[in-house]
Amino acid sequence: MPGVTRLSVRNIRKSFGDHEVLKGISLDAEDGDVISLLGASGSGKSTFLRCINLLETASDGEIFVDGEQIRMVKKNGQNRPESQKQVDHIRSELGMVFQSFNLWSHMTILQNVIEGPVHVLKRPKAECIAEAEALLEKVGIADKRHAYPAHLSGGQQQRAAIARALAMKPKVMLFDEPTSALDPELVGEVLRVMRALAEDGMTMLVVTHEMSFARNVSNRVVFMRQGVVDSSGAPDDMFGSGASPAFRQFIGHFGGEQ
Amino acid sequence: MATLELLGFGQNGWGALLLVATLMTLAVTATALLIGAVLGTVVATAKLSGNMLLVGLGNVYTTVFRGVPELLIIYLIYFGGSSAVTAVGQWLGYEGFLGLPSFAAGALAVGIISGSYQAEVYRGAYLAIAKGELEAASAIGMNRMLRLRRVVMPQVLRYAIPGLGNVWQLTLKDSALISVTGLAELMRTSQVAAGSTRQYFLFYIVGGVLYLLLTSFSDRLFNRAERRANRSMPAAAMGQA
Repeated sequence: MPGVTRLSVRNIRKSFGDHEVLKGISLDAEDGDVISLLGASGSGKSTFLRCINLLETASDGEIFVDGEQIRMVKKNGQNRPESQKQVDHIRSELGMVFQSFNLWSHMTILQNVIEGPVHVLKRPKAECIAEAEALLEKVGIADKRHAYPAHLSGGQQQRAAIARALAMKPKVMLFDEPTSALDPELVGEVLRVMRALAEDGMTMLVVTHEMSFARNVSNRVVFMRQGVVDSSGAPDDMFGSGASPAFRQFIGHFGGEQ
Repeated sequence: MATLELLGFGQNGWGALLLVATLMTLAVTATALLIGAVLGTVVATAKLSGNMLLVGLGNVYTTVFRGVPELLIIYLIYFGGSSAVTAVGQWLGYEGFLGLPSFAAGALAVGIISGSYQAEVYRGAYLAIAKGELEAASAIGMNRMLRLRRVVMPQVLRYAIPGLGNVWQLTLKDSALISVTGLAELMRTSQVAAGSTRQYFLFYIVGGVLYLLLTSFSDRLFNRAERRANRSMPAAAMGQA
């Protein structure tokens, strides 16, 4: 359903002590949007992503997921969620993929994928297993379903982590530098899965250093710099004549990939 | 009397008593370990809570009960506890000495000590869990209880097994000290048998062998549990497996 706003973030601020990392960031994602968040390390892009599902609590600002606002209250001057129950619910609607995979090491791949649907959504196990096997097939690791994460390559673990997030049927997928911890030869297999996901119409927010992904797969590029959105737009504009001087300088560091 | 007859199950033999005593040692140790598991979990949780007061109380517990001789704790609980009970009895009009049951007092005393060691085992095991896995649990929408049950507890147990094997051995040996309360466990029974037959050498060696049987058998059980729990670990971390 294009035109439906899946995620809306208004004026997010975040400080660690005296240091303000995010200085008022806003962003909207409509159904099927694939948004790449680019920026130098320290620009606040991962912190921003983590604020959306409240792994970090923003100091100020509003977040709406599929129209539902996360209710916040001020307590002793600190911004905090009013209801942990609502936070848990919102989180179950947001798929998160981490840089270091973070699969549960004591569970097999299949157990990892069905864990959320069975125990968080409380759906029938047999149904979840069938869906999980289809998802593992889709990301290309169906043969590893009874293996433990430690026995898989980084690329396979990340694809399993994507399947785990998809099993929750999320409204939006959040990717936090999903290929940064991978050996170069394993990056491609993860990007292919993400590309297929984008083509399926999944709404995605991707913090990445993969310029080719930002340019060729996403339909919007947001460039963050020193805690603010420096510039944003369609990839063709951003990487073409419309680039801000700062973004032009930033992608200059990735010269080899242009 | 022939050695075999002394150790046998006949009229003059100590075999049956030694067997019962061995089982008693096993029972009192297992009870103490369970009491210690509850106390250890509570103390480890307190020490990990980040609350200054709870952390302080947890530190006092582990410092005191790891730093004071086991025998003193047993005396304190058995004799101290008994005189407290006697005092209450007198207040209620009962004349004479009231003792605490030696099994309960002994298991409690050794359990309190075991708990101080187990607290450190559980705390270390919790800290060994990858923070990212806890974050992934939160990110998928698990509430605290669910995360505790599905992600934290199974991994704490896995990381705790080697340390728990150690604590079990310590607790098994500490249980010998409960003999001072008169509980007919392995140490006490060996003592009585040695004294009444004047075969000190024989009965203390047999007692020692029975302790060794218990410890080496349980060691094997813990090793097996450790191997099983390590199925999910990378091959390099499996050591002897």
